[in-house]
Amino acid sequence: MTTPLAHYLILAALLFGVGLAGALARRNAILVLVGLELMFNAANLNFIAFWRFGPRPEALTGLMFVLFSIAIGAAEAAIGLALVIAIYRHRRTAQVDRFDSLKG
Amino acid sequence: MLNEIAFLLCAALTLAGAVAAMTLRNLAHCALCAAGAFAGLAAIYLQLDAEFAGFAQLLVYVGAIAILILFTVLLTRGAEIQPGGPAASTSRGMGLGVGALVTACLIGAIMASPGLRGHAPQTVHAPVKRIGEQLMNQYVMPLEAIGLLLTAALLGAVIIALREPPKEPPAP
Amino acid sequence: METIVKYIWMIPAAPLLAAGAGALLPGGRRRLGAGLAVGAISVSFLLSCAAFAATLGGGRAASHFRWFDFGATSVQLGWVLDPLGAVMAVMVTLASLLIFIYSLGYMAGDGNFTRFFCFMSLFAAAMLGLVLANSLLLFFISWELVGLASYLLIGFWFQKPAAAAAARKAFITTRIGDLGFLVGMLALYSKTGTLLFYDSGHGCLDENFVGGLVVSTAIGLLIFCGAIGKSGQFPLHVWLPDAMEGPTPVSALIHAATMVAAGVFLVARVYPLMTPHALQVVTWVGALTAVFAAAIAVAQNDIKRILAYSTISQLGYMMMGLGAGGVAVGMFHLTTHAFFKALLFLGAGSVIHGCRGEQDIRKMGGLRKRMPLTFAAYAAGMMALCGVPLFFSGFWSKDAILDAAHHWRFSQAPFYLGLLGAFLTAFYMTRQVCAVFFGKPAPGDAERAHESPPVMTAPLLILAVLAVGAGFFGTPAWPWFQKYLEGGKAGFDLSKLLDGSALTVMLLSSALVAVGIVWSGWVYGRAARETDPLEKAQPALFACLRQKFFVDEFYAATVIRLTGAFAMFCDWLDRVVLDGAVRALCWLAVGLARLNRNVDESVVNGGFDAGTETVRGSGEWMSRFQNGQTQRYLRVIGLAFCGLLVLLLWGASWF
Repeated sequence: MTTPLAHYLILAALLFGVGLAGALARRNAILVLVGLELMFNAANLNFIAFWRFGPRPEALTGLMFVLFSIAIGAAEAAIGLALVIAIYRHRRTAQVDRFDSLKG
Repeated sequence: MLNEIAFLLCAALTLAGAVAAMTLRNLAHCALCAAGAFAGLAAIYLQLDAEFAGFAQLLVYVGAIAILILFTVLLTRGAEIQPGGPAASTSRGMGLGVGALVTACLIGAIMASPGLRGHAPQTVHAPVKRIGEQLMNQYVMPLEAIGLLLTAALLGAVIIALREPPKEPPAP
Repeated sequence: METIVKYIWMIPAAPLLAAGAGALLPGGRRRLGAGLAVGAISVSFLLSCAAFAATLGGGRAASHFRWFDFGATSVQLGWVLDPLGAVMAVMVTLASLLIFIYSLGYMAGDGNFTRFFCFMSLFAAAMLGLVLANSLLLFFISWELVGLASYLLIGFWFQKPAAAAAARKAFITTRIGDLGFLVGMLALYSKTGTLLFYDSGHGCLDENFVGGLVVSTAIGLLIFCGAIGKSGQFPLHVWLPDAMEGPTPVSALIHAATMVAAGVFLVARVYPLMTPHALQVVTWVGALTAVFAAAIAVAQNDIKRILAYSTISQLGYMMMGLGAGGVAVGMFHLTTHAFFKALLFLGAGSVIHGCRGEQDIRKMGGLRKRMPLTFAAYAAGMMALCGVPLFFSGFWSKDAILDAAHHWRFSQAPFYLGLLGAFLTAFYMTRQVCAVFFGKPAPGDAERAHESPPVMTAPLLILAVLAVGAGFFGTPAWPWFQKYLEGGKAGFDLSKLLDGSALTVMLLSSALVAVGIVWSGWVYGRAARETDPLEKAQPALFACLRQKFFVDEFYAATVIRLTGAFAMFCDWLDRVVLDGAVRALCWLAVGLARLNRNVDESVVNGGFDAGTETVRGSGEWMSRFQNGQTQRYLRVIGLAFCGLLVLLLWGASWF
């Protein structure tokens, strides 16, 4: 492995930034969730990178974490999308700036 | 060297897919580009000797989540894809700014840390057998918990997204 | 005697219990109420006789008990058994018993029969307590109780305004005297430290003139003030005639025989305190009262009022006797007077009863034939009062007084006044007897008068016997009574009767009595009823006497007016000044309360409200931040994350 850890981390940071920017800038709720998934993946990449370059890779700690993280991410995506569908059925819209009844 | 190029290619693919997913107008295109980004990430996992994670990524993210997103896009069609309507939210400038700022902070933090530029130390073996052993011994509790969580998520998603039967008007 | 004195409290206790029980009886149980009273007083009479028998040998026994403590000292009350008290107790219980029996008949028609006997028993208990008391405090308590009983009984028919007014007048007038008594008592206590009379040498009467001549004179005179009020001596006599508004048995018992004699008894009791100077005052007051009252009695027309003034006059004689001659002289006349005055009053009651309530002697007449028993008894009493010689007790007792006055070393004036009083007594009593019992009956009730029932005439006859017989115990030939009281043996010596000065006094007084009776009988025996011959002769003098020398009017114009003005001033003070002060305080308090409430509402509540308003307002303002746009929230999180990251990583180098 000749690529240093920093490169992987920078990739993860960039991926995170893209995901964040998209989640903040797009109007459709589904795309916000896509951005969320991208951020998740950036974090997973971070974990794998640090596991690989870390002191004790034979403990498989990072790997296990990422596996569980993937599972949880999947569950969360399923629920989130189901919610979007349900809201779409009621409000006939999937745009986040219309979901504003919870306000003070 | 080859390693570097492979990494750069996969990185480019990932980033391009991510950017495309966030900027395209057509939601289906976004979903597919997102799948591409996930695939790129899977390749990088493989590069990092995390084979199981990479294949798991492919299976779950590309195979399930991306499809799920596509299904949702298709189910919430209608007044969505209006040609000419603004695809970005009203304060998209601020959103981009914040994203850039966060990225800059993170990269700044990475650059400021010493000891991140070294080479990878040793070869790592992560055989599936060992993963299985760890799952069953050390991580059995989280495994069971994840099982429950997935069950709940499955049921919950079905219930939330269930189309309600149309209500009959009350009998006079 | 030591043992008997321990039980002597039973003598006043029996009527007291009867009074208490009688108070609890419903009004209809007449026989029970009367029976209780008569029974109790009989018991007391028997016990008094027993006590009297025990004292026949002379001597004195006292017992005392502690009432309450205050500080280091304690207040003691006690009973004493000596000849003075014993003879007085026998006289009081006997007279009360006879009058109670008489009342069974006299008050039979009255609706408040049981209440009458209850009050009479209370009076008897108080009087006996007074007689047997060894402590000046217990004496004073009984004195006041006697005054209370007198008030209750004078005002027995309180629905009559005259009776209620008379009761008030009696009480207030005696109160004035009691004030002097109280001051004297306090002075005595402060001088001697004890209020017990006889306490094996430590009592306040155990030595003569205790505290020195001046102090003793002052204390004696102050205590005599109480006697002036209670015994109707000159300035404070005004209540006695008005007290005749009460029922006749009341007048007989209280205002003739016993209560008014309590003042005389008081002076006799504290005799060791009375210095010769004090006794001079006593004698002068007595002599003046005797003549003053006798003169007024000449011009009265109410049968009971004549007897009332007669009582005042005789009380004056008793005081004169005490002052000039000593305890025995005064007490002898007190004892004989009790019997014949009670007899006269009961006789008058019988006459009134027979004439169906008529009390004016001008509307009576000729009752001699219609009420023979009453006439006989009344005549005996009248002759005893006048002092008809030899056979009637009044002669012996009054002559003892005149003899003592004659031998008084300070002045002969009381003697002459006494003689004048004797003449006037004979005069007005004959006038009364002629008007009531002789002549033609006046048209009306007098014509239909009837004799009283035996329950009323029997006591009359018993008293008549006593009025005659009691005198023989004190003649100079056999001065048993005097020796009994003073100690020593009484020898029977007829030659004492013919002793120089005693004989002159007896002859002089007898002559005056004879002149008085004959003259009055000649003037009144044949006169027409409508106009009084004396009034025709001396209208101005008669009018003055009729109006009781205008003493009442004088008091009304001066003392009562002053008191009324003072009372109005006090009322003003109370209503304006004190009440005003209280109101001002209230106003202040209310004002403070209002201020408190305002502060509480505006400052406390207001402050609290303002505080909560601020919190809510700020909450409202802050909640505007939540506009429901999730992307904005995420933006903020991102910014915050950046800030945190910068702070954590590079913050340490800045600070």
